[in-house]
Amino acid sequence: MLKINNLHASVEDKAILRGINLEVKAGEVHAIMGPNGSGKSTLASVIAGKDEYEMTEGEILLENENINELAPEERAHKGIFLSFQYPIEIPGVSVTNFIKTAINETRKANGLPDMPANEMLKMIREKSEMLEIDRKFLSRSLNEGFSGGEKKRNEIFQLAMLEPKLAILDETDSGLDIDALRIVANGVNKLRSKDNAVIVITHYQRLLDHIVPDFVHVLYEGRIVKSGGKELAHELEEKGYDWIKEEVNA
Amino acid sequence: MKYTEDDLREELKTKEYEYGFYTDIESDTLPIGLSEDVVRAISLKKEEPQWMTDWRVESFRAWQEMIEPEWANVNYVKPDFQAISYYSAPNTKPKLDSLDEVDPELLETFKKLGISLDEQKMLSGVAMDVVIDSVSVATTFKKTLNEKGIIFCSMSDAIKEHPELVKKHLGTVVPQKDNFYAALNSAVFSDGSFCYIPKGVRCPMELSTYFRINQANTGQFERTLVIADEGSYVSYLEGCTAPSRDENQLHAAVVELIAMDDAEIKYSTVQNWFPGNKEGKGGVYNFVTKRGICEKNAKISWTQVETGSAVTWKYPSCILKGDNSVGEFYSIAVTNNHQQADTGTKMIHLGKNTKSTIISKGISAGKSQNSYRGLVQINSRADNARNFSQCDSLLMGNDCGAHTFPYIEVKNKTAIIEHEATTSKIGEDQIFYCNQRGIDTEKAIALIVNGFSKEVLNKLPMEFAIEAQKLLEISLEGSVG
Repeated sequence: MLKINNLHASVEDKAILRGINLEVKAGEVHAIMGPNGSGKSTLASVIAGKDEYEMTEGEILLENENINELAPEERAHKGIFLSFQYPIEIPGVSVTNFIKTAINETRKANGLPDMPANEMLKMIREKSEMLEIDRKFLSRSLNEGFSGGEKKRNEIFQLAMLEPKLAILDETDSGLDIDALRIVANGVNKLRSKDNAVIVITHYQRLLDHIVPDFVHVLYEGRIVKSGGKELAHELEEKGYDWIKEEVNA
Repeated sequence: MKYTEDDLREELKTKEYEYGFYTDIESDTLPIGLSEDVVRAISLKKEEPQWMTDWRVESFRAWQEMIEPEWANVNYVKPDFQAISYYSAPNTKPKLDSLDEVDPELLETFKKLGISLDEQKMLSGVAMDVVIDSVSVATTFKKTLNEKGIIFCSMSDAIKEHPELVKKHLGTVVPQKDNFYAALNSAVFSDGSFCYIPKGVRCPMELSTYFRINQANTGQFERTLVIADEGSYVSYLEGCTAPSRDENQLHAAVVELIAMDDAEIKYSTVQNWFPGNKEGKGGVYNFVTKRGICEKNAKISWTQVETGSAVTWKYPSCILKGDNSVGEFYSIAVTNNHQQADTGTKMIHLGKNTKSTIISKGISAGKSQNSYRGLVQINSRADNARNFSQCDSLLMGNDCGAHTFPYIEVKNKTAIIEHEATTSKIGEDQIFYCNQRGIDTEKAIALIVNGFSKEVLNKLPMEFAIEAQKLLEISLEGSVG
C-alpha cells in the first residue's frame, strides 16, 4: 500500500524528517507515537503533499507508484486521506455541500460521473448514523463554531464518506472526551478492511485501546527509532519517552 | 503540481476580462465635448418636450458650479469631460416587433454574453428592455405587462408617452443638484428604463434590463425611474457587461425608486463593467447614484453583485420616510488586479418603527482596494428605529486592501443599532484542506468565495444567482488550475 524510503523533509531549511523508512500493507493499522516535536504531524503532511514542506531526499510510493511529484488533490484522488489535527473552517459551506464536492471531484478525476443524489443521500444517512451524527449538524457551515469533538467527528465522517485506501489520523484523539473517542474509534474500526490501511498518529495510548494497531513506531528527532507490536504502546504509556531518548543517545 | 499562495496571487493577477470584445455597429454620435448647446442638442435629438429641455439645462448650469468629489477612498485620473461624446445611438431603428429585425451583429454580441433573448423569453419569463449604448432596441413581454397596466419602457418613450408621471417624479428622490455626477447625469442622460406599477398590482415577472457600453469614448448616462404605486410589488433586475477598451469610460447613472404606501421594490444588480487590464489600464469609472424612498409600510431591497469597473463609487440608499418602512442592502463587491471600489449604502430613518438591514461582503484580490462606506442615520422623530449592519471582508494574497467606513448618526434614544464586522483571508491552510479532500485550488476558491457570499447570493432571483455565481468565479479564478 504505502512504502516510504529514506524520507527527508525540511521546512524553511530546517530538517524535520531525517530518513524515515516505513512500509504499510493493506489491512494493517500502524501507530506512530513520539514526543512533541519529533516530526509526527510533519510526516502526515508530507505524505498528503503539503507544499510548505520540502522533500529533500527519498521517495513515497503508493501502490508501487512514486507520488513525490503529485499535488495534494491528486494524492487524494488516489486514495490518501488525512484527518487533520486542526480542521479549518469554511463559513457558508455546509458539511453536506463540502463532502458532495469532495466526492464528485474525486470521481471526476477517476473518470466517473457525479454520484446520483439519492445514492449520496443514502450514504450520508448511513455514515452519519454509524458515527452518531445529528442530521442538523450536516447543514451547518463546515467546522464553523464546532466544538473540538465535533470537528474530529466531522473528519471521521468525511473519511467514512470518501472511503480512502490509506487513512492518516493525525492526533484525532486530542480534544475528544471518552464517549466521542469511543464513537470515533468504532467508526474507524468499522471502516477497516483487508483492502485499506490506517496510520494513527498519537501521543497517548488511550486511542490505541480502541483502534488496536498491528505495529507501533516511535518517532524521535525525525527518525523511526523503535518499532514493535501493540505492547510497545503500553510500555511507552508506563515509562514515557525518556528511556527511548536515552537508548538513542547512548 | 504543488500550489502556494504565491502561485495563487500570480494567477489571480493574470485573470483577463472574459467579455472583452467590441461590436461594430454604426452609431449616430455627437461630437465630443460638453456645453449648454450640447445639452440642448441631446434633448433635440431625442425629440423631447420643452420642460425636459429646461430641466436638463437647469441641471447643466448647476453642474458647472459643482466640484468633483474627492472624499472616496479611490485614486484615479479625473475624466476630461470635454473629451467625451455625450450621445450615441445605434443607427438601427428601434421600432421592432421581433428578434428577426434586430441587427444580426447585435444578436451575436448577446450570444457571446450568453444572453440570448429567445432563451430569456422562453425559459425565464423575463421581459427585457435591452439598452445598448443609449437607445432601447428591443422590448418584449410588453403585452402581458400592458394587461396589468404596468408601464415598462425606455425613459425616452416614457417622456413622450407618460410625461405626467415622469414630470411628477423625476428628480424627487435624487435631486438635480444632489451631487456632481447626479447633476451631470440630469443634464445629459441618454436613456434608461422607466417602470410604473399601478396600485395593488403584483408584477408577474422579473423586469430586467441589460446595459452595455459599446461605443468608444461614449460616456454612458443611464437614468432609471421605478415607481411602485400603493400596495404594489415589483422585482427589477439590472445586469451589465462591457467590451474591453483602452480608454477609461465614464458611467454615471442615476436610479430613483419610489415605493408608495405598502409597496415593495426589489432591485437587483449584477455589474461587470470592464475592470481594466491586469496593469490597471483602461476600465470603466462607475460613479452611480442610486436611491429609493419608502412611504408608509413600504419596503425597498437593494441587492448588488459588483465584480467589474476600474473605479466604483456607488451607494444604493433608502430614505425610510414612512412609518414602519423597511430598507435592505445586500452587497457583494469583488475587486481584483488594480480595481478600486468604494461602495456601501445610506439608510436614512425618518419615520417611526423603521427598520434597515445591511449585509456587505467585500472580496479583494490582486492589488485592489475594496472599501465599504455606510451611513446609518436615525432622525429625531424616528422612534423605535432598528438597524443591523454586517460588513465582512475576504482577502486573497498580501497586496490587496479591505477598508470599512461605517458612519452612525443617532438623534433618537429609542434606536437600536447593531454593527458587526469581520475580516478573513483565504489562506494556504484552507486551500490545502480542500486539496486534501480532492478539491483542486480553482474549485476550492470558488467554494470558499461562494460560502462567504451566500447570504447575499440567496437574496438574488434564481436565474440571476446562477449568473452571479459564474461572475464571481470568472472574476477571481478563471485561469487557475
